[in-house]
Amino acid sequence: MPKTLAEKVYDAHVVRSTAGEPDLLYIDLHLVHEVTSPQAFDGLRAAGRTVRRPDLTMATEDHNVPTLDILAPIADPVSRAQVDALRRNAAEFGIRLAPMGDRDQGIVHVIGPQLGLTQPGMTIVCGDSHTSTHGAFGALAFGIGTSEVEHVLATQTLPQYRPKQMAVTVDGELPPGVSAKDVILAVIAQIGTGGGQGYVIEYRGSAIEKLSMEARMTICNMSIEAGAKAGLIAPDRTTFDYLQGKPHAPQGADWDAAVEYWSTLRTDDGAVFDHEVHIDAASLTPFVTWGTNPGQGLPISGSVPDPADFPNEDERRDVEGALAYMGLTPGTPLREVSVDTVFLGSCTNGRIEDLRVAAELLKGRRIDANTRMLVVPGSVAVKAQAEAEGLDKVFVDAGAEWRGAGCSMCLGMNPDQLAPGERSASTSNRNFQGRQGKGGRTHLVSPAVAAATALTGHLAAPADLETAPATRPATPIGA
Amino acid sequence: MDAFTTHTGTAAPLRRSNVDTDQIIPAEYLKRITRTGFEDGLFIAWRTNEPDFVLNRPEYADASILVAGPDFGTGSSREHANWALLDGGFRVVISSRFADIFRNNSTKAGLLTVILPQDQVEALWTAIEADPALPVTVDLREKTVSYGDTVVPFEIDDYVRWRLLEGLDDVGLTERHLDDIEAYEANRPAWKPKALPALPA
Ligand code: SF4
Repeated sequence: MPKTLAEKVYDAHVVRSTAGEPDLLYIDLHLVHEVTSPQAFDGLRAAGRTVRRPDLTMATEDHNVPTLDILAPIADPVSRAQVDALRRNAAEFGIRLAPMGDRDQGIVHVIGPQLGLTQPGMTIVCGDSHTSTHGAFGALAFGIGTSEVEHVLATQTLPQYRPKQMAVTVDGELPPGVSAKDVILAVIAQIGTGGGQGYVIEYRGSAIEKLSMEARMTICNMSIEAGAKAGLIAPDRTTFDYLQGKPHAPQGADWDAAVEYWSTLRTDDGAVFDHEVHIDAASLTPFVTWGTNPGQGLPISGSVPDPADFPNEDERRDVEGALAYMGLTPGTPLREVSVDTVFLGSCTNGRIEDLRVAAELLKGRRIDANTRMLVVPGSVAVKAQAEAEGLDKVFVDAGAEWRGAGCSMCLGMNPDQLAPGERSASTSNRNFQGRQGKGGRTHLVSPAVAAATALTGHLAAPADLETAPATRPATPIGA
Repeated sequence: MDAFTTHTGTAAPLRRSNVDTDQIIPAEYLKRITRTGFEDGLFIAWRTNEPDFVLNRPEYADASILVAGPDFGTGSSREHANWALLDGGFRVVISSRFADIFRNNSTKAGLLTVILPQDQVEALWTAIEADPALPVTVDLREKTVSYGDTVVPFEIDDYVRWRLLEGLDDVGLTERHLDDIEAYEANRPAWKPKALPALPA
């Protein structure tokens, strides 16, 4: 029977399948960070259990990490205690940890791919909903809760039900200035924050095939914002080229065996998806969110919606609540919304290409005098690469702050937060109330829109900048 | 995990959709390394900023069943959201649609999530708004929600239901299948990546 890509990966990991019970799925890689793991390790200790496969487990520190003075002890004692707990647990259970200051430290979803630990056809889990990022390699990767973290630590498996299959096909050419972030924001606005519930989404079509690995990661990352369990993209030459030579990628004869297997990881002709969505890439424009969930987004040429235009009473109430929280008036053109802060970073858009795109626009320019811009690389390696390319200087010369690696203002568990009422344009993935700091207001944007917004002080597309940048981007934006 | 068979209590109407786990408990409360004591963070922003918020109203102060709009528990995978609801006195959440990770976490933490069609949620909202003291019974053995003269059946996966009724811990169940896990591991390709030892870049 023809199978989808996700079904092939799923089937290859079934340890045990019995009618009336969930399947037991083997987990190839378990990523761990400080926030969702302490209670899981406590559970192991309480039951006298060990970590079954420390060699298939990798931990790092990201959520609480200060992005200034990264080598000093964390000032917040509660954050520090959480990081210390991870260090103790990693040492006690024999798990590899990339702590602050380590060359491999960074956001958990940035370091997996960069180390080559994320490979096609794997099952990957982490106590973090954006684990879907790793699906960009054709892996089945999904977020789990702390009880499940404990389960994977103890058994290297998870009880699972077969997910439903959805295809999101994006065909055609993305217009200039439109990136992967705009694609996924448009997808979520179309299917809604619950639209993917119960599904694994396979992104396919000519526009997806042309994307780089980093852009593919941006798309898969936000699958969870559409409610999906996971998102994935079939591995191809782009995937193999990215992986070859990475520290943990197979080598020699192993590489050949791996590529041979990976090349079979495509949805068969005739495989049936439970649901299909089609998007014409040429119709997309830069997208921004106006509300308090990631489905509340519009093309940047749009205006703040009017609750009165929503026929359903519950929806009207939600939109009214979102606009009140966001401090927005219906009918205001989105381009007229001024922002205080621009955040460039996160597991969605904190990779080297994202920084390059923004730097190209910022080069030789100054950001708006009333706007602050934080640039937070996704990992120590991304930071080092950016510095080798001189991007840090471009950001600093433009008036932005160049920081250390971590989650930072994506969720404000460290000191990087919005003050109440402050408004950000953020390349992260969630515009929930208070996500970036109590009372903070978030507009989700692409790196290019973030840079244009920092330069103008209001939501703006790259095309709005008065003159062309000094040099064109070396790679097309979103390529 | 405590077993769940049947629960009777009062219910609070949370007429909001897309309640994400950042609203159920914000990130600052996630720095703790304990598994209990999260009630102080439960819906803290709404409880602080909205005097009229349903859980601030004395008539719903003792509610143990939360009746929410569609897409409850979206966003972050934080199981702290489930713990905070339990710590805040809730044993059941009813909604027409739950986010997958939240629902899955609930089955591990011993919080029952019940899916009812939206019109049944509306009817329940109307009833508990008219009489906040109305007892509501959620019976997992019978798979029913009942209040006044109304009895509404709900669906739940048989295996999940069995685990909840018995209060069984998943790890213990999986350990019974150690042979299968070892057999699977024996056949994994050798080139699959390992995190240890660390390799130079
Ligand atoms: S960058 Fe944001 S979304 Fe990504 S792992 Fe960190 S906190 Fe979560």
